[in-house]
Amino acid sequence: MRRVWALVWKDLLVEFRGREFLGAMVVFALITIVTLNFAFDLSRGDREASGAGGLWIAFLFAGMLGLGRSLAVERDRGTLEGLTLCPVDAGTIFLGKFISNVLFIVIVQAVSLPVFYGLYNLPSLEPMVLLMAVIGAIGLAGLGTLFSALAASSRAREILMPLLLFPLAIPLVIGTVRATTLIFQGDGAEAWPWFNLLAAFDVIFVTLSYIVFDLVLEE
Amino acid sequence: MMQRNSTNRSDMLVMGLGLLTVAVLTLGIFMAFVYAPSDLAQGNAQRIFYVHVPMAWLAYLAMAVVFVGSVGYMWKRSARMDRLARSSAELGFLFTTLVLITGSLWGRPIWNAWWQWEARLTTTLILWFIFIGYFMVRAYAGDRERGARYAAVLGIIGAIDVPIIHQSVTWWRTLHPEPIVLDTGGPNLPDSMLATLLVCLAGFTLLYAYLMVQKTRIETVRDALAERELTALFAPESETLDRRPVAPVSRNVSGAAED
Amino acid sequence: MTGDGPLIQVEHVYKRFGTKVALRDVSFSLVSGEAVALLGANGAGKTTLLRSLATLARPTRGTIQAFGVDAWSARAAVRAQLGVVAHQPYVYPELTCTENLVFFATMFGLEEVRVRAAEALEHVGLARRADDRASTLSRGLLQRLNLARAILHEPAVLLLDEPDTGLDAAGREVLSEIVHSQVTRGGSVVLTTHALEYALGLATRVVVLGEGRVVLDEPRELVSDEAVSLAIGSGVVAAGR
Repeated sequence: MRRVWALVWKDLLVEFRGREFLGAMVVFALITIVTLNFAFDLSRGDREASGAGGLWIAFLFAGMLGLGRSLAVERDRGTLEGLTLCPVDAGTIFLGKFISNVLFIVIVQAVSLPVFYGLYNLPSLEPMVLLMAVIGAIGLAGLGTLFSALAASSRAREILMPLLLFPLAIPLVIGTVRATTLIFQGDGAEAWPWFNLLAAFDVIFVTLSYIVFDLVLEE
Repeated sequence: MMQRNSTNRSDMLVMGLGLLTVAVLTLGIFMAFVYAPSDLAQGNAQRIFYVHVPMAWLAYLAMAVVFVGSVGYMWKRSARMDRLARSSAELGFLFTTLVLITGSLWGRPIWNAWWQWEARLTTTLILWFIFIGYFMVRAYAGDRERGARYAAVLGIIGAIDVPIIHQSVTWWRTLHPEPIVLDTGGPNLPDSMLATLLVCLAGFTLLYAYLMVQKTRIETVRDALAERELTALFAPESETLDRRPVAPVSRNVSGAAED
Repeated sequence: MTGDGPLIQVEHVYKRFGTKVALRDVSFSLVSGEAVALLGANGAGKTTLLRSLATLARPTRGTIQAFGVDAWSARAAVRAQLGVVAHQPYVYPELTCTENLVFFATMFGLEEVRVRAAEALEHVGLARRADDRASTLSRGLLQRLNLARAILHEPAVLLLDEPDTGLDAAGREVLSEIVHSQVTRGGSVVLTTHALEYALGLATRVVVLGEGRVVLDEPRELVSDEAVSLAIGSGVVAAGR
């Protein structure tokens, strides 16, 4: 729908000109990736096994940083109300926010993956890794958009969103980390069942979030 | 008159349910500690199984009821559905906590560890966090109606996620072969153990039903009280408005001059 | 368009926020071709009433019918016919005036969005600043942009909350002209303000709220300015209506 793209474009413009959170997300992800080295003491043998985990922790936390901010800012500034006054249904607003959030996370990944490759010499630029990254981003953005809307109008919003998101995103974390680890270890073919799990997760939860978004956006 | 009769009747039914629950549970506990034989491998520690498994069943049953209530609330915005959901969530949280505790207690003598990352326990642990999230969302939402809506969202998403979480954790574990833990008997359960288990399951399910009835009743009263308090705010103020006469309205056609 | 029955019908509405009752038994009709000045002291409930009319707040009790349907249940459709200016700006500071209006025009489902945006900017006198970001606008010009946003889709009802804040003389001209053309078109306007003379100059009808109640509701010609002031100040029903 035309309006969904209008929403996405608006979000992109606002973010690139306003620089609210995307930069912070990227830097945060990079710092986490570097800190990985000290936390896990990655010698060559271990690196393949635990590198993927660290990478995804970076994405998860950076993602949450951005997801939390994006809707909160709209709410605080009052522009969210201006949006709800337009004759669009909640699902459309969800789609717009969701797609822009996916794009933001993918941008963070696009910067992080080459850096990760550079620092740890792990094949993080393999197409399969990229695929898993995007699939993971979609799932994260799906639930994340829903919960950031929910948390934005609550007290203690910064802590509420991770609290809600983490338990529910566990299949996502398991799937992406396992799949990426397998790819790093050279067993890429075995990663496909995980891909299926992730794809199913994405479809189910993006759809569900779309449906229930109405409950969150009211008054 | 009519109402009192039907209230009496439903009270009697509930009491009947309560008595039945006590009866079946007592039987179950007796069977668990006396009737059922000791497990060969695990000894008497295994008897926790007769409490642990029904608790787990209840935890998930409660979550399913939360799901139903949440969907019902989303659809109809009915307070009744919300009461159903939040009552079941409280009970579900209680049972989930008990599952984790009994699981640890059972596991300790057998594994020499308080915890194992096997699929069922792990999923239950996550379920525990989902219940916490359910209550936090209600508490932090600011007003009751919004809290109910947000909780419904969590109820729906959480319930659907549980099987997916279970599946992904199972796959995760099968790729890391672990010692087989928590042998709940599988297909080789001797009849006496099976019977005990079934009686305990029945007893605890009745317990859940009884507690749900009582809990939803309490919540109904709570809701009614809250409504009443708020409606009272709308009552006309006791002091009458100061109705002193104001300067009579003059048919002022030169009002425009004031602009 | 006139005489088709009320555009908006408010019946015995109460609105509560926690333990504070903001609106108490408010009843009110809006027909087409009216410009209503909604007046009252601070805290009287003007903004709450306006937000309720805008379907942004749901009445705790009572009903609001808009265009013949229940306003809240049909709010998506009702909002298509409302143009709202609130306390906070609805426009995005990072976007230019044109980008803002093109965005909202798209969201309102209009055709030829660029043309409509340009026309609206022209209408409020912002054509020169069309390609400037909204963050560079002064308070008064920003308010004009908000007005432009509100009239973009030519709604049947304009709901304006203190629209004159920050406007200079030229800005007030723009606002007056918008109100007049809205009324002439057969639409209606409800506006709140603290600028009494300005409001009374524009209005065809005056409604005063006091402590959440309607204290005065009269056609403009039938009330004196003093009566209105008094009603606002005391929050009390004026005798001899």
